[in-house]
Amino acid sequence: MELTDSNNDLRYMEGFREGKASQALASQLEELGVKLEENQKVVRVMEVCGSHTMAIHRYGIRSLLPDNLKLISGPGCPVCVTDHGFIDTAIELCRRGVIIATFGDLIRVPGSEGSLAQLKGEGGRVEVCYSPLDALALAEKEAQSEVVFLGIGFETTMAPIISLVKRAKEEKLSNLSVLTAFKLVPPALKVLVEDPEVAIDGFLCPAHVSAIIGSDAYSPIVDQYSMPCVVAGFEPLDILLGLKELTEQCCDSKPQLTNQYARVVSNEGNLIAQELIKKYLKVSDESWRGIGVIPESGMVLSDEFAYYDASKRFSLPIPEGKVIPGCRCGEVLKGQLSPPDCPLFGKGCSPESPVGPCMVSSEGSCAAYYRYSRFS
Amino acid sequence: MSDRILLAHGGGGRLSEELIATEILPRFAFGGKQGLPDGVTLNVSESQLVVSTDSFVVNPLFFPGASIGHLAVHGTVNDVSVSGAKVAYLTLALILEEGLPMDTLREILDDIKKASVQCGVEIVCGDTKVVGKGQCDGAFINTTGIGFKYPEFDLSTAHVKEGDVVIVNGTLGDHGMAVMAFRNSMPFQNSPKSDSAAVNELVDQLRPFNNQIKFMRDPTRGGVASVLNEIVSAQGFGIELDEEALPFDKRSRAMSEILGLDLLHSACEGRLLLICSAEIADEVLSLWRDSEVGSGSEIIGKVCGEKDAGRVTLKTTIGGRRIVDMPHGELLPRIC
Repeated sequence: MELTDSNNDLRYMEGFREGKASQALASQLEELGVKLEENQKVVRVMEVCGSHTMAIHRYGIRSLLPDNLKLISGPGCPVCVTDHGFIDTAIELCRRGVIIATFGDLIRVPGSEGSLAQLKGEGGRVEVCYSPLDALALAEKEAQSEVVFLGIGFETTMAPIISLVKRAKEEKLSNLSVLTAFKLVPPALKVLVEDPEVAIDGFLCPAHVSAIIGSDAYSPIVDQYSMPCVVAGFEPLDILLGLKELTEQCCDSKPQLTNQYARVVSNEGNLIAQELIKKYLKVSDESWRGIGVIPESGMVLSDEFAYYDASKRFSLPIPEGKVIPGCRCGEVLKGQLSPPDCPLFGKGCSPESPVGPCMVSSEGSCAAYYRYSRFS
Repeated sequence: MSDRILLAHGGGGRLSEELIATEILPRFAFGGKQGLPDGVTLNVSESQLVVSTDSFVVNPLFFPGASIGHLAVHGTVNDVSVSGAKVAYLTLALILEEGLPMDTLREILDDIKKASVQCGVEIVCGDTKVVGKGQCDGAFINTTGIGFKYPEFDLSTAHVKEGDVVIVNGTLGDHGMAVMAFRNSMPFQNSPKSDSAAVNELVDQLRPFNNQIKFMRDPTRGGVASVLNEIVSAQGFGIELDEEALPFDKRSRAMSEILGLDLLHSACEGRLLLICSAEIADEVLSLWRDSEVGSGSEIIGKVCGEKDAGRVTLKTTIGGRRIVDMPHGELLPRIC
């Protein structure tokens, strides 16, 4: 991949971070705020995806919104919703001499007792990968050892991890397997909509996940629950435009499915990736940290590729982890608790020594609040 | 002579002597300090001395834009310089790994020599040790810098006032990105290059401004975000950066966007952060921009008053505002 040194190549980024256009959108949102005020309405929008949470904080978007438009961070950070039991299993594998290959931000996530980072400090083999295919090179290099890649993530990361399995099979690599905790976004949205304790007026739907599953995947949420859904990109103009659309729908009580990110997301999604997912994976029940088991909300390797399933290879079923006392990440993930309102926030739970997963990942809502919005 | 470093090169015997005589002394020992002794006597005037020491343990030893040799000189020269001093002498301690190719050592020593000549700093004493294979990453280097305090400056955060400005001499975070890309063999063409450079010349140019120069630091590990947070910590002022004004190299920018990293958290090795009064800002910029190391100078922020005390904030390109925090732990790429 060639890194650019031309302005022209950065235009897709710069264009969507443009100051004047953003300020124009901010003033339109302010007008909508006045309208809401007149109708004594408050709109609560959940940004489902961790990358949205991150971008909202990184660009200071909250500081541009009217008070009666509230943003709630949802369960869309894959690291944050990875259950303790998954980390415990990875740690156990590593203790048995297996080399763990993982995305970077997973290594600091605490399991029931300790994290992979701590284990690494004690001499455990934990290797940070920049791409799932790095695990392939690692397995080739370490032919005498078992290498397990930690396959977490939503629909976005499934296809690249599947390609790791595909390559391992093609190259007859017998020392590589994947410990999976794949999660699906639409079932989680359904649980949130049906939870009487979660009050949401609309969803800002993920960008990358939607590129895979297509915007039509949200139709049932709009049709069955009359819940406005807007698919938006991760750049600040995308987000502001998405929020404006959602607020308008809420003001007018006309819930719709809008694809604001049509330059990347199609109605039907990425059919090649969907085909791969269908071939290699099958739907399963999945445990979400802080939320619990959601039926048919995850995916595991199908029987044909079970050989590459680390949980089966090492006969280590992933247990449900113990919840850390005092940790209220579950409520944060469901949008019931704002991070600064958690008693542990900044007092015993910080990015340096996180208690819960929402403080670990840079996409976690607690970490994002802590890093970017900790105004006293 | 062996083409690799052997344990005996650090043993104090004949091989040690040979290594020093053939590789080290011809490069560095000249003038009155011939022999690079264990201890050196320096003639100093009544001036105050500034001393700084730093150890360099970078892996790999060579990376786009610089090497451990450049870093070992620039890092210490910069630490002394931003204390408001004219750096004059360096000590050089090498810890070498058994088996290090002699040519690699030569290349490192050549870089040290070149960098030290460029900065006008003299290497006056040194030490060489060899450790067993696997006990260090090829070479570790320690340098100690000695400089003479410029009488013109009275640098202290206590002099920083609301309305002062923050200036930096070039693009931010390039060293961190360059090393990360190279260390992990990331498949980038046109990868970022380290900004390793000495800033002593820039400090020298500031002397006529006397006490309008309030404070200086060189942002290294932890990037600009770390240094600025340290500066405002427990002070009665804060700093607001202007995202539009932050100078970034396009390659570093592209790489950081791909990996989800913040360039304000990424290391620099040739940058000087200056806090000075706003009146002299334009003059400083035009002076600095005339030199290679200062050609990318920009005013990147301003000092805010009591209301924002103790924190660093960023006015974003879209007009929002957020905190610029210290980095937490090592920089890790995001999952998606």
